[in-house]
Amino acid sequence: MQLWLIPLLPFAGFLVNGLAGRRFPKGAVNAVAIGSVLLSFAWVLKTLFTINLDAINQEHYFTWIQSGALTVGCDMAVDRLTAVMLLVVTGIGSLIHIYSIGYMAHEGGYYRFFSFLNLFMFFMLVLVLASNYLVMFVGWEGVGLCSYLLIGFYFDKKFATNAGNKAFIVNRIGDFGFSLAMFYMVRNFGSLDFGTVFKAAPGASEAVLTTIGLLLMLGACGKSAQLPLYVWLPDAMAGPTPVSALIHAATMVTAGVYMTARSWVIYTHAPLALNTIAIIGVATAFFAATIGLAQTDIKKVFAYSTVSQLGYMFLGVGSGAFSAGIFHLMTHAFFKALLFLGSGSVIHALAGEQDMRNMGGLRHKIPWTFWTMMCAAVAISGVPPTSGFFSKDSILVAANHHAPWMYWLGVVTAGMTAFYVFRAMFLTFFGEYRGHAHPHESPPLMTIPLAMLALLSLGGGYIAVPAFLGRFFPTVEAPEDFTLVAISVAFGLGGIALAYLMYIARPGMADSLAGGLKGLYSLVYNKYFVDEIYDAAVVKPVVGGSRVVLWKGMDVGFIDGMVNGVGALARRTGAVLRLLQSGNIRSYATWVLFGSVVVIVALELGGGAR
Amino acid sequence: MDVILFLVFAIIAVVCAINVVVQAHPISSAVSLVGVMGSLAVLYLLLGAEFLAAAQVIVYAGAVMVLFVFVIMLLNAGAESRKGHSLMVQVLAVPLLVTLLGLLAYIVQRIYRSDTTVHFGGFTHGTPQDVGRALFTGYLLPFEVTSILILIAILGAIVLARKEID
Amino acid sequence: MAEIPIAWFLTLSAVLFVLGVAGFLFRRNIITVFMSIELMLNAVNLSFVAFSYQLKQVDGNLFAFFVMVVAAAEAAVGLAIILTVFKNRSTLNIDEVETMKN
Repeated sequence: MQLWLIPLLPFAGFLVNGLAGRRFPKGAVNAVAIGSVLLSFAWVLKTLFTINLDAINQEHYFTWIQSGALTVGCDMAVDRLTAVMLLVVTGIGSLIHIYSIGYMAHEGGYYRFFSFLNLFMFFMLVLVLASNYLVMFVGWEGVGLCSYLLIGFYFDKKFATNAGNKAFIVNRIGDFGFSLAMFYMVRNFGSLDFGTVFKAAPGASEAVLTTIGLLLMLGACGKSAQLPLYVWLPDAMAGPTPVSALIHAATMVTAGVYMTARSWVIYTHAPLALNTIAIIGVATAFFAATIGLAQTDIKKVFAYSTVSQLGYMFLGVGSGAFSAGIFHLMTHAFFKALLFLGSGSVIHALAGEQDMRNMGGLRHKIPWTFWTMMCAAVAISGVPPTSGFFSKDSILVAANHHAPWMYWLGVVTAGMTAFYVFRAMFLTFFGEYRGHAHPHESPPLMTIPLAMLALLSLGGGYIAVPAFLGRFFPTVEAPEDFTLVAISVAFGLGGIALAYLMYIARPGMADSLAGGLKGLYSLVYNKYFVDEIYDAAVVKPVVGGSRVVLWKGMDVGFIDGMVNGVGALARRTGAVLRLLQSGNIRSYATWVLFGSVVVIVALELGGGAR
Repeated sequence: MDVILFLVFAIIAVVCAINVVVQAHPISSAVSLVGVMGSLAVLYLLLGAEFLAAAQVIVYAGAVMVLFVFVIMLLNAGAESRKGHSLMVQVLAVPLLVTLLGLLAYIVQRIYRSDTTVHFGGFTHGTPQDVGRALFTGYLLPFEVTSILILIAILGAIVLARKEID
Repeated sequence: MAEIPIAWFLTLSAVLFVLGVAGFLFRRNIITVFMSIELMLNAVNLSFVAFSYQLKQVDGNLFAFFVMVVAAAEAAVGLAIILTVFKNRSTLNIDEVETMKN
């Protein structure tokens, strides 16, 4: 099977570009970066066609950690869930790599960008292919690192580095949960291997499984930007747009969903944890969607949309419909990557402009971008028969089966989703052009990936992922209910219609509405002041405490005092001992003689020689 | 006969050794040291170490001491200057030396009081043949390593002696 | 008493060794100090040969042989160092060679 080739190809690309890319011409950098990812994609296809996915396809490379009873190997495995993820990651990854050639053409640090992107692919594939939690954690941390590097890609801009730090630090909170979950697993199951843990899990007590489930969920919340740890994702848009598409929409942020689905055995025996996931998911979906309603930065809209859609996936997984969650993960990867790449194309066309208030009327100027983005917008709104319709409805039906109020909240969110996406579309592409740049269509290198993603967004729903995964996950017998589907579609269409009414038919209406509901609007516009609340409640006390207690008290007073004290002690001792160091050879020789006499006396006293 | 031989050359060795220490002029010390080495060679012979006795005369009393004398001549070293002193040496040296000698003598007497006695011809395996066989069988590696050591010493000596005064 | 106790050899060795140490401690001429070291080495060699006799094995002789080889190498390097020191400082008094002190 040679699974190791899949992640190692991008890693080779990273090494080549990272070490020598500075001296390469752009063509060589492209060839290495895109070639390695395409080869990896080809190897995924070859692997999936040649193996039997229902058998155990595990490969053991070496024993990583051996400590007492605990043995952790560097193992990789492929099963049906991994197959879906592999295709999404390498497939979308390849398209976004190709797109990046066009998008990054005029940026500095070209080779750096592609080597980081390849490194990201490596870690993401390790995460997906891992067959125990620790190897998965390696990938998990690695993608976090790459995310940090790429968010802060424009490291000469303060906000970009700040956003990178924020992403890294918020993710630490989640990783803390993940690590604790692993410790707890080692303690209770004596292993981190998926097979061993999942075999032992049904026999464990519910309290243990619930604890592990909740801790893993904390990790997933950090990585997948769920309440209350979602705050880093909108800021992560400071990175280049292909990064937003690849890492912060299509792949990395879905790692939490993947990990939760991977641990389904644990969760099915811990209903409380599963229910918590569903609640967090639906709450995040609704909450983020409301913020998305009022954003003016085109990437911020899609960022909040991503948070919201990730909430949907959590809702699906939390409702026990794991295959629906993964299905939505895949379709979302299609249309959200497309939305981001499309917005990147718009930004590219407008030479860096991101504020939708300075756009408008771009429909005729950049038609390719417009039509492909429209496909994605339709898909995310859940209009049949696009991909979003299938996946979103399978989640909502499962949610109704789980708890009807979640279904209704989900439906309202679907309506809001349709509204804000089309609001962005209308503001960007319709009406009069309000900016000053000279829009130009992007090169084919950018539009071809857009077109392919558009096809996937429209037709991706016919990829029978739920049936494919049906043999992997336990099936939830949620009856297909036409009424439920009709209601959610109606909400979606209603959202589109409302957006049309407010931004096309009667353009003044939005402003007057915002003026009428001033308090609510500013609340939403400022994202419920969550960042400010976190700042006041967490960051300020921590910084203040660090300054007063840790810096002034601990660091200067105690640690420095201790270090200085040790230094002073050494100096004083040295001053005394220095008297012995006369520099006189004969004096030294006397000391040697003295030492030998002492040794001989000691030997004699200790029983004598022989 | 053996006892007389031993006593004669032991006394010569000790007297020469004292002379090495007390003579003010390095050249006198060097000549006295040759005396020590020569008497030791006789004692080696008494102990059956024929090869070593020859090597002692040729290498030590010959080559090494010639080197010393050569350096003394080269540097034109006269009687040593009495400049400099060390409190450590003045105070501690004599008691320590006496203690050391006492300890060593005590230990030797305690351990070897009624042990082997030596007479000429009591040990006949110190011939060049025996030493050579042992050197090139059991001690081959140390032997080869010493050859490298000597090579390094030669190089080191050349490098040090060639160094010009800045 | 026609035979010599082995202890006599060892005692002679100890006496010569202590005389060597005394020379090292009391002499200031660096060449004499060096000769004292040779004296100590010779004293130890005598012990080795005596032990070789006692144990009826040739190994003691070989140790003495190796000591001689090392001593020869040491003499070569040591005398070269003395030459260098003398060239640099124009003195053979080891009490005046105390740069490390300051």
